[in-house]
Amino acid sequence: MTRLVPRPVLLWILALLAGLAIAWHSRFNADMSFVLPLHPTPSQEVMIRQIKEGVVSRLLMVGIGGGDADQRAQASRDLRARLVASGAFTSVQNGEAGSQDADREYLFRNRYLLSPAVTPARFTVEGLRESIGASIDLLASPAGMMLKRSLPQDPTGELWAQISALDPTSEPPSRAGVWASRDGGRALLVLQTKALGSDTDGQEQALATLDAQFEQVRQTPGLTALTLEVAGPGRFAVKARDTIREEVSRLSILSTVAIVVVLAFVYRSPRLVFLGLLPVASGALAGVVAVSLIFGTVFGITIGFGAALIGEAVDYSIYYFLQSGRVGAEAWRTRFWPTVRLGVLTSLAGFGALLFSGFPGLAQLGLYAMSGVLTAALVTRFVLPVLAGPVPAVRDLTGPGIRLAAMGQALRRGRWAALVLAVLALTHLAIHRGDLWQANISALSSVDPADLAVDQALRADIGAPDARYMVVVQGINQEAALQAAEAAGARLDRLVESGRLGGYDSPARFLPSQALQRQRQAALPEPADLARRLAVAQADSPLPANRLAPFLADIAAARAQPLIGRDQLDGTQLALATDALMERHPAGWGVLLPLRPAGGDGEIDTDAVRAALVGTGALFIDLKGELNHLYASYLGEALVLALAGVAAIVALLAATLRSLPRLVAVIGPLGLAVVLVMAGLHALGQPLHLLHLVGFLLIVAVGSNYALFFERSADSAGIDPTTLTSMVVANITTVIGFGVLGLSSVPVLHAVGVTVGPGAALVLVLSAAFLTRRAAPA
Amino acid sequence: MKRLGAVLALTLCALAAPVKAGFDLNQLMADLARHPGGRATFTERKYLAVLDKPVVSSGEMRFTPPGRMEKRTISPRSETLVLDQDVLTMERDKRRLSIRLDAQPEALAFVDSLRALLGGDRVTLERSYALQLVGDAQRWVLHLLPSDQRIAALVLRITVSGQANQVRSIEYLQADGDRIVLDLQPVAGS
Repeated sequence: MTRLVPRPVLLWILALLAGLAIAWHSRFNADMSFVLPLHPTPSQEVMIRQIKEGVVSRLLMVGIGGGDADQRAQASRDLRARLVASGAFTSVQNGEAGSQDADREYLFRNRYLLSPAVTPARFTVEGLRESIGASIDLLASPAGMMLKRSLPQDPTGELWAQISALDPTSEPPSRAGVWASRDGGRALLVLQTKALGSDTDGQEQALATLDAQFEQVRQTPGLTALTLEVAGPGRFAVKARDTIREEVSRLSILSTVAIVVVLAFVYRSPRLVFLGLLPVASGALAGVVAVSLIFGTVFGITIGFGAALIGEAVDYSIYYFLQSGRVGAEAWRTRFWPTVRLGVLTSLAGFGALLFSGFPGLAQLGLYAMSGVLTAALVTRFVLPVLAGPVPAVRDLTGPGIRLAAMGQALRRGRWAALVLAVLALTHLAIHRGDLWQANISALSSVDPADLAVDQALRADIGAPDARYMVVVQGINQEAALQAAEAAGARLDRLVESGRLGGYDSPARFLPSQALQRQRQAALPEPADLARRLAVAQADSPLPANRLAPFLADIAAARAQPLIGRDQLDGTQLALATDALMERHPAGWGVLLPLRPAGGDGEIDTDAVRAALVGTGALFIDLKGELNHLYASYLGEALVLALAGVAAIVALLAATLRSLPRLVAVIGPLGLAVVLVMAGLHALGQPLHLLHLVGFLLIVAVGSNYALFFERSADSAGIDPTTLTSMVVANITTVIGFGVLGLSSVPVLHAVGVTVGPGAALVLVLSAAFLTRRAAPA
Repeated sequence: MKRLGAVLALTLCALAAPVKAGFDLNQLMADLARHPGGRATFTERKYLAVLDKPVVSSGEMRFTPPGRMEKRTISPRSETLVLDQDVLTMERDKRRLSIRLDAQPEALAFVDSLRALLGGDRVTLERSYALQLVGDAQRWVLHLLPSDQRIAALVLRITVSGQANQVRSIEYLQADGDRIVLDLQPVAGS
């Protein structure tokens, strides 16, 4: 067997097959979860759960435009009925009259267990006189007119006490009986998908259901002119995934075709072109397999990055074919392989630094690149020579090599220009050192600005909280969690009272803890006592005690009624509101209290909230602040890692070259290239973010190969024309690979592309320009 | 909440004011159309089946043509209602609530017809009500009987009475039998 198929090739084939099997079963993920931390803090953990599964992540906002108000309202009602029937949504709301009757009924029926005003003092003679008096005063107001029918049953106004605790501004205005935008031009619906926010497939299906049902609605005569607008995290996720999918295949094809054209031009042999792509394909596969095995899920951006790596991984086979064609395979192994090996090692050192990132996107990129490059190099070294056999004579590249060498001469005369540029670039960077980096995580988001505008418009119309601020409490069971929510709520009430907080939502409003329900029940007096007190309290009132028999009956019933559990909420919209804010997790239950700012600026005094919650064990989270903080920590960490990566590369080079001048000759062009690219991008108005920083590290990691070749090949006779040509070709493929990423609209990929593409080219040019000849080979 | 707009609009229409002599429905409408708006103190009594005695409230009202009306209740509890075009805003207990009346066709029809009264737009008014004017220019009474079913569901009859050129009271008989009487005293110099 080993005779027929040499051992390295056999191993390679087996590895390929195993790799294909693993890649086939890999899970791919194209949402924004690549920014979420690998090792979250407790508050980050809550944030991640919210982003992946929380009520906010399952929100879809729908606007119906076109036509007139009645047509839009008709479509809104029809669409609501269809979406409810579809079963893809846990909640479909459009403000239709009647849809909240069940809620009102629930609040009224259970008012003595639900009302925050129920205390023993409420039912003393004094308390009764005051609360019934207030209810009568309320009748003077138009607001009281809707309560007048229930007055004999609810003279103390417990329904009003509950309703007035809710946020009146939380509902959008209505038009023709359904929710509408403030300008009246759109009918609005608010949906909760059944699928989790992190389930992009489920979100895609929900969106497809929505589209299909709306198309059906539009079939109705008169409604054909209506249009649909949809926004929400699910829509962003689906769209981002589509974009990444589409771009990854487009960019991979583009860079492969471009590289094949270059190789075909150089090799003039389809066979060599094919063989040359084998290490690349093996590398790409190895990257996917490694990431899949270690991370479980492969991010879309990781695959996209693979498109760039094609250009880098193909370099090794270019060196092999072009250089060994002249000197023979054996000589290549002794003369050139050590340099290639050192180049591979420096690349690995650079990519390896990313492995330590807490930012999963970066860690994946690092692992993918390391496995890809290492595999490509190994396949080139051990498999390619066997498969290719004696390397056929590639067309004579001495001619182009000599011309290139002449260009190198010209470049050397232009050194001063590079130095002037470097000084200018450094000056630019020094001037702008304060605003080089964009400190906002949105820089990594691939959300289309047009979609974002629709999202913000619908959000403003619907009054949907952006869920930026929330308080989270935990309990070992639901009861404990609800009690904790009530304790935190009592603290928040004080902030609301003093005007520092606009309000907050709590599931305990509709589902109080059993303890609090029992406490309220205990506050209700015996009917005989109550009757006596009422007679005294209402002696001179327009509402005498003898009219309040329904009140006595209801109190008696409430004293005996079973405590409310979650089941009683079934069939009301309150059930959804309550469920959405409670979550069961392995350690017990968590309850979420979203906060509303008091002012119009949308900001909350975070210190005041934290101070108010001291001692309750409740956790206050500012989602936006938390994300930006997270991003800042990624940026800081990436900076350290990039410096560590560069340090590792320098150490590796120093250990191998063992000469300061030679080290400088290699590192100098790399440093210059980074400075020029950094200043250039910033001067062109590219806001620099995390992935540009990673790009700078990659310039060093990838570019070191070219700098090394120049340095190593430069003996007294100057650089050998064929070697020079092979380097230029290898460089072109790398620049194509990364440069293509620059065409991407995905910010993460775009940033790497526009950084490494020009950077790799610059390294080659600068290495040529600063090439120094040594008197004798080392 | 539907009634809210209706009740407010009813009470505010009292601000339609001076009426001149030589007098029929057209003349009354012409006078109302020329009214520049103004200020009045009010006392409102609500006779509700559920209570033994009427609920009494008082305060000040203001009408700024063409579309803005304010009702500031001082007693028993302070409350402010503002109707500006189609938006009704209520402030009470430091809370603020805004409603668009066009969301509620019944309330809107009611508000529109009362606006028509204030604006002296007889054509619009007669679309929703049968009008009866009795008395003379010194003491007149205008009965509005809803012909629009949506309004009739809320109110059985509206009775506006005035002395000479001043609207002095509005009585509002609700469909459920409850009654609201609003007495007005124009503020001098307004």
